[in-house]
Amino acid sequence: MSIDEGTAARVAKLARIKVEEADLPALAQEFNTILGFIEQLNEVDVEGVEPMTSVTPMRLKRREDVVTDGDQQAAVLKNAPDAREGFFAVPKVVE
Amino acid sequence: MLDLTYETPKPKVIAGAKHDWELVIGMEIHAQVSSNAKLFSGASTAFGAEPNSNVSFVDAAMPGMLPVINEYCVEQAVRTGLGLKAQINLWSAFDRKNYFYPDSPQGYQISQLYHPIVGEGEVLVEMGEGVARLVRIERIHIEQDAGKSIHDMDPHMSFIDINRTGVPLMEIVSRPDIRGPEEAAAYVTKLRQILRYLGTCDGNMQNGNLRADVNVSVCRAGQYEKYQETQDFSHLGTRCEIKNMNSMRFIQAAIDVEARRQIAIIEAGGAVVQETRLYDPDKNETRSMRSKEEAQDYRYFPDPDLLPLEIEQAWVDDIAASLPELPDAKKSRFMGDMGLSDYDASVLTAETENANFFEEVVAACGDGKLAANWVINELFGRLKKDDAEISDSPISPARLGQIVALIKKGDISGKIAKDVFEIAYTQDRDPEEIVETEGMKQVTDTGAIEAAVDEVIAANPAQVEKAKQNPKLAGWFVGQVMKATGGKANPAAVNQLVTEKLGL
Repeated sequence: MSIDEGTAARVAKLARIKVEEADLPALAQEFNTILGFIEQLNEVDVEGVEPMTSVTPMRLKRREDVVTDGDQQAAVLKNAPDAREGFFAVPKVVE
Repeated sequence: MLDLTYETPKPKVIAGAKHDWELVIGMEIHAQVSSNAKLFSGASTAFGAEPNSNVSFVDAAMPGMLPVINEYCVEQAVRTGLGLKAQINLWSAFDRKNYFYPDSPQGYQISQLYHPIVGEGEVLVEMGEGVARLVRIERIHIEQDAGKSIHDMDPHMSFIDINRTGVPLMEIVSRPDIRGPEEAAAYVTKLRQILRYLGTCDGNMQNGNLRADVNVSVCRAGQYEKYQETQDFSHLGTRCEIKNMNSMRFIQAAIDVEARRQIAIIEAGGAVVQETRLYDPDKNETRSMRSKEEAQDYRYFPDPDLLPLEIEQAWVDDIAASLPELPDAKKSRFMGDMGLSDYDASVLTAETENANFFEEVVAACGDGKLAANWVINELFGRLKKDDAEISDSPISPARLGQIVALIKKGDISGKIAKDVFEIAYTQDRDPEEIVETEGMKQVTDTGAIEAAVDEVIAANPAQVEKAKQNPKLAGWFVGQVMKATGGKANPAAVNQLVTEKLGL
């Protein structure tokens, strides 16, 4: 698989990261290098091996259905560039 | 249990300018799990709280915060799956659906794309007596809800409340087995009924606790049958998805208007574009949600913060053993064991509260049919007049049962029973005591009735002559006797005596 400049631009856009036009070739090249590393894994024969989802033999930790958190409006809004009347205020987004 | 067999309903047909078209509909229902805390955090799910007060740092997606699953939500999803006769997957996993939107601080939604917890099931949707559609369920998965954006509080800014962010949802996905707007509404109604019976979702559509995404396409007659035979979607038309509806009326209107839009496009030689649309009830039209289209590459991948969700068969069996009697089973029991009509059984099983109340009335009087009649016609009618719910009924099921028992014993007539009911309902009194104190007991003593009949006959010799010519006038005598006895005489006995005495 090879990443061209168009794909690099699209990935950047989906990730909401601004990349200057001039920087796209280098970015695409970087992606290809990373994919190249990963492709080395294809050399391993995994025929009949269950896909591994975790390296630790652990059971997913569960919580009980009890309210133990919240009620901290000020702390939640503390880092917001703009907050009004208890809401985050953001530039208008309308469908 | 009654073995009920159903006929399949006819699909809705819409006439275009050139051809007739059939509708094909699949639905995704988002049902909020009725939990206290969120899916992956300890924040509350309570509706209507101060903005951003039901928020933990996990929900706010602060760096380093990790999700821990609420086991109760897993249990409710399994319970829902069992209630829909679905396959339960002992191994499921969570994936990230990546997209940016202001009301989703994580930048992704945790969902279950590749390995849902519940597989295939079914819902029987009745469309009238003896007619029903079996809608196949494709899957149910657990996922997080998003927050809420408010656009009308400021001309230049949107206000964001993330109280809802991370609230647990079950997404119930149907196969495209629904064939018209009415069926779609009936499907949502039935699903909501089952969820409420199970107690896994309160079904409150107004608060958005039950929402529907509706996939609509149109096809010519015969195409759908080809799809059903082969499960090959190429026989069907291109679908559009109408997002996020929480009203039965809007769901039906949206399907109808969207189908007509697609028919117009196809008949004009165009092609329907697969896309997400929004229904605007004010204009009664659907419009494209372009922003969603741009971001449709969700780049799903397994959530590295969460291990696979493994559950044990024994745990599933325990949940299965604790399932309540579900609507279909209850309805067929009411019809089979108690002899209720299809209609009465449907009305009484619509809500568990109704069914429970009715069963207590039956327990107190021992007559299902009579009890159904009194619960549906008298009690529901009276509650409706007061705009009250059955949970607020001022008359207890035991007392209503007493009234029915008094009718059965012949102590009071059905007509008097209505008066007893009204007194018991408005004055919170015991029916037996009312009948006793108010002297409402039916006179079945033939001697007393005979005396009353004799009196009326003696007082009206002219009428007696007329009645002998025209036997229909006997009714007039019955009326007079009932009047004279204050309505307490047994009508059947009066009838018989009047006929005898007049020599008819």
